[in-house]
Amino acid sequence: MSLTLLYVQTLNGLQLGVLLFLIAAGLTLVFGVMDFVNLAHGVQYMIGAYLAAMFTALTGNFFFGLALALPSALLFGLLLEFFIFRHLYARDHLDQVLATFGIILTLNQAVKVIWGAAPLSVPIPEIFSGSVVLMPGLLYPVWRLVIIASGIAIALLLGILATKTRIGMLVRAGATNAPMVSALGVDIGRLFMIVFGFGAMLAGFAGAMVAPILSVEPGMGDNLLILTFVVIVIGGIGSIRGAFIAALMVGLVDTLGRSFGPSILRAFLDPSAAAQTGRALAPMLIYILMAAVLFFRPAGLFPAKK
Amino acid sequence: MIMRREILPLSIFLAFAVLPLLGDFGSDAFILSIVTRVMIFAIAAVSLDLILGYGALVSFGHAAFLGIGAYAVGILSAHGIREAAIQIPAALIVSALFALLTGAISLRTKGIYFIMITLAFGQMAYFFAVSLAAYGGDDGMTLPGRSLFFGYDIVQSERAFYFLVFACLIAVYVACRMIVTSRFGRVIRGARENPQRMEAIGFSLFAYQLTIYVIAGTLCGLAGFLLANQTQFVSPAYMTWQRSGELIVMVLLGGLGSLNGAILGAAAFLLLEEGLSHFTEYWKLYFGPFLVLVVLFARGGLMGGFKRLTGTDDGR
Repeated sequence: MSLTLLYVQTLNGLQLGVLLFLIAAGLTLVFGVMDFVNLAHGVQYMIGAYLAAMFTALTGNFFFGLALALPSALLFGLLLEFFIFRHLYARDHLDQVLATFGIILTLNQAVKVIWGAAPLSVPIPEIFSGSVVLMPGLLYPVWRLVIIASGIAIALLLGILATKTRIGMLVRAGATNAPMVSALGVDIGRLFMIVFGFGAMLAGFAGAMVAPILSVEPGMGDNLLILTFVVIVIGGIGSIRGAFIAALMVGLVDTLGRSFGPSILRAFLDPSAAAQTGRALAPMLIYILMAAVLFFRPAGLFPAKK
Repeated sequence: MIMRREILPLSIFLAFAVLPLLGDFGSDAFILSIVTRVMIFAIAAVSLDLILGYGALVSFGHAAFLGIGAYAVGILSAHGIREAAIQIPAALIVSALFALLTGAISLRTKGIYFIMITLAFGQMAYFFAVSLAAYGGDDGMTLPGRSLFFGYDIVQSERAFYFLVFACLIAVYVACRMIVTSRFGRVIRGARENPQRMEAIGFSLFAYQLTIYVIAGTLCGLAGFLLANQTQFVSPAYMTWQRSGELIVMVLLGGLGSLNGAILGAAAFLLLEEGLSHFTEYWKLYFGPFLVLVVLFARGGLMGGFKRLTGTDDGR
């Protein structure tokens, strides 16, 4: 029985992990290639979810909705980049923190004005609704499996893009030493724009995919953003591979820690103390993990800059 | 003779001093309590400015200290200890210890990593507070009343409490000015300008930066003590990362590396928030773009503008 729970929670952890990866992949490049602290990336995730909800309601079909939401999220990211972010690349981190913080405040409020403060819900697409029996006694929702599968597919695709294509090579070079890439005659401004737009679209995709299982509401990106930062820092800023491994680590540690932490502690403490400590410790686990990683490796597990 | 550069701080403190003499300002001393709040956040902003402005250490978890100070009041009160002579030292000592521990780890990192790790420690403090089920958990807890001073209930009235906060603000301001103009403060500022050179001429910056980090955290713990006393309510909401962000906004709005600026920035932020929320429920819709515009077009914040107007620039 407990083993079934372990499998279910591992799958849930994986699902959170791929979700974090989709958001972190773009953000780690924005951090690494442009040395730009973007707090507003969680907002892209929220916007993706809202766009998917809106277009799904308009077209009556989730996949049409997704097909319309992705280019819209891309366009939105590019507009933000064009009007605001590109003026901030040369500034110090503090200015970037302040301006992107302002963008969070604005957009969280703006979605409330446009779509209302009440959470929106998106139906799970008909063919992926319901659950499948993975093992005797282990029932798991199909849509969550679809999220895991699409996340892993995108991770593979990104891996190929980053290692086999010219643009991927330039992005990796940019993460290691942007001024040098620029000196070699690459239009670094355009590279930044592509990375930024692509990252915004991936975050939007993550938002759209979870829209059917979470409630779509203002500020939904805020807490996920912090988890994403943890992922990026553990993985090493600018490293897609690092982001992938760290995202799965964080997803699994967070999910498993919350569900099994108290029962593991029970082996060492009396039940009430174990329950209390477990409740306190579980949400802190990933931050402890991050502090520990940074203590031993101040630049993360796979730093892009040498 | 008063030097020219003292005009601004003197007028700020004079304004704070005469305000309560002008009257009670409507029911429940509404304006008085807003200005009290401004002064409490001014203490927090001044303390953050020590590391952010003078040390160039972008800490994104400063609200944790606000929470620690507030919870020192809350937890002790819940056990029947309402004596400020116990609560204040507890708030300061726990804040200092938390700063010492987290600072020692955080200061091993640089740049974006430092921002992120301070953020992570802030979140740890936040989730720890949420898990304190015995002290209200997520909902927080209401205090039985304001703290007692040597057994006397002397800050129960808004006006008396106002002067307590005012006295704290002056003490913190004077202490911070002494710190930033001392030899120690010059080392910190030197590290901001050129850490390699400071190391090269023989300063172990880690010890200096850790010291200023602990001082800043401790002073912010005092602000937390006052905040809990003003609202007579303690909750994890005091230490969300958004709150840390707001503290950074206050310091930047006033102008980095200026104690006067930090006070003005806290005032500007809270008064804008208060003013805009009177006109519209969606005040952030206007405040957000305002922040972006400040960054893009008004570098140096309020103090930057003030210096351009008066031509004074003395690094305070």
